[in-house]
Amino acid sequence: MSPALIVFFLLAALSVIGALSLILQKHPIHSALSLIVVMVSLAGLYLLMGAEFVAAVQIIVYGGAIMVLFVFVIMLLNASAEEHTSFSKLAKFGGLPLALALTGLLAAAMIRNGGAVPNSATPDALAKTSDISLMLFSTFVYPFELTSFLILVAIMGALVLAQREKKT
Amino acid sequence: MKAVTTFLAQDGGFWVLTFVKIALLLFIVLTVNAYLTWFERKVVALMQSRVGPHRVGPHGLLQPAADGLKFLFKEDVMPGGVDKFVYLLAPFLALTLALASLAVIPFGPNPLPFKFFGHQIDLWITNPDIGLLVLFSVTALGVYGVALAGWASNSKYPLLGGLRSSAQMISYELSMTMSVVGVLLMANSFSLTDIIQKQSGRTIWGVLPAWNIFSFHGGCPQVVGFLCFFISAIAETNRVPFDLPEAESELVAGFHTEYSSFKFAMFFIAEYTSMITVSSLCAILFFGGWNSPFPTTWTVTHYIPSLILIPFGLWVLFDGLKYETIFGKLILPGLGTAIAGVGALLLAGIWIAPLHDVNEYIQAPFWLLGKIFFFLFFYVWARGTLPRFRYDQLMNIGWKLLLPVSIANVIVTAAFVLLRSAP
Repeated sequence: MSPALIVFFLLAALSVIGALSLILQKHPIHSALSLIVVMVSLAGLYLLMGAEFVAAVQIIVYGGAIMVLFVFVIMLLNASAEEHTSFSKLAKFGGLPLALALTGLLAAAMIRNGGAVPNSATPDALAKTSDISLMLFSTFVYPFELTSFLILVAIMGALVLAQREKKT
Repeated sequence: MKAVTTFLAQDGGFWVLTFVKIALLLFIVLTVNAYLTWFERKVVALMQSRVGPHRVGPHGLLQPAADGLKFLFKEDVMPGGVDKFVYLLAPFLALTLALASLAVIPFGPNPLPFKFFGHQIDLWITNPDIGLLVLFSVTALGVYGVALAGWASNSKYPLLGGLRSSAQMISYELSMTMSVVGVLLMANSFSLTDIIQKQSGRTIWGVLPAWNIFSFHGGCPQVVGFLCFFISAIAETNRVPFDLPEAESELVAGFHTEYSSFKFAMFFIAEYTSMITVSSLCAILFFGGWNSPFPTTWTVTHYIPSLILIPFGLWVLFDGLKYETIFGKLILPGLGTAIAGVGALLLAGIWIAPLHDVNEYIQAPFWLLGKIFFFLFFYVWARGTLPRFRYDQLMNIGWKLLLPVSIANVIVTAAFVLLRSAP
């Protein structure tokens, strides 16, 4: 096994363990911490693929900003440990079959392709930050602008909701 | 894949070299941290017409060692009802992240003149293409140390401190990141060495060095960007006048109220280490890093280190002779002789060629460390003179002043960059 492969399996195991722990932990803060572990190990995986910029942004945006907000809200509400309930009806009849189907689909795809799951055609396309920005502002300029517009709408929505609460 | 694969396939010499460098940097930084507390107490004392620490050793110089020992031997109290895992994780997280950010800071342009098993010895631990982003991602994670400490302590004052600090750090991270965009536009790179390299040369008819704070090279002077960055960075490191997470008149000691002995020391070291990181960033991003403020053709300025070291060494020597203890009588004069001797050797570089080369080599680290020292002094200066902001003032400054101003700075700089690059 090459060193890169060992690092890959370490990071992959870390993210899977983190995701499992996210679901199984009883306390919201512990769940949030597990999610941070998932985010950071995903960043490590991106780094392994040569996408330095994406890895850094993953940590800054997801590991930093978004998860800090999660932790902040949990602390603010002083949420305490929650009780685990037995399966709800929705989870039993909707969730379980869906999860099984997804697992089956992924497994089938892997078996069909054997060991040779094709790599991305241009593995180093994301290596340079300037290349990413060129791509964003030329090839993908419309999706990019549309996304920023969507975010703007979401911000305005949040503002409107917050203002309305104040008035009453 | 390429970069990471080649990185992982390095031979043993590389790893040994890297670990030695990390150990050395940790040793230096932790020692500097200890003496930074001494420096801070001395300077604040001077500003308030007091003597400051002076009991342990001459000029209180052994005070940091005494404090360190005290931290180690104090009883390690863990309050009841804390979340043990998170309670122990928080100081660990704060300290590791603060120390990790030092790994990407470059201290000089040229590798050492000898090799270690065929590896050239650079004056940095690592120099990634995304250096600045690495720093920002470490800062982004640094919030957790404070926030989790506040939450895990199971006590109301730490919780309030933790809440305040997470709100404060989220708010100021935005303007901090925004304020360096101008520099990034001018340098066209995230790599810290590239950013410094771009700032060599002169600007404004050769009067001033082409540092980003003065430079018209491919942009406009980043004075506004620097002010926004430095103010946000002070807030980000939870220092006066933005130290609301630990406002002792309101919150006892804020997020670290319930931490004792060495766990408290870990928060303390983390805070001082991030001060060093921020000071180095100010020097690197806005003040030319290791570039000398004088034109490169002036070789006379190469003797500035000697001119500082020789008088300082002589002063330490004669000051030490005044003491009656062994420490004063032997060690201080010895130290003074050594410092003055090094200064004299560097001065001798006028006549002796190898010493001249050594003198030329240390110029870059000397200027960078000098600038870092200045910003560290500025931190202490601010602490000695400014009152703490109120919480609503803090939020107003972050969101209504710094963020819009730093965005405006980005727009103006972008316009200048466009103008300069247009044929």
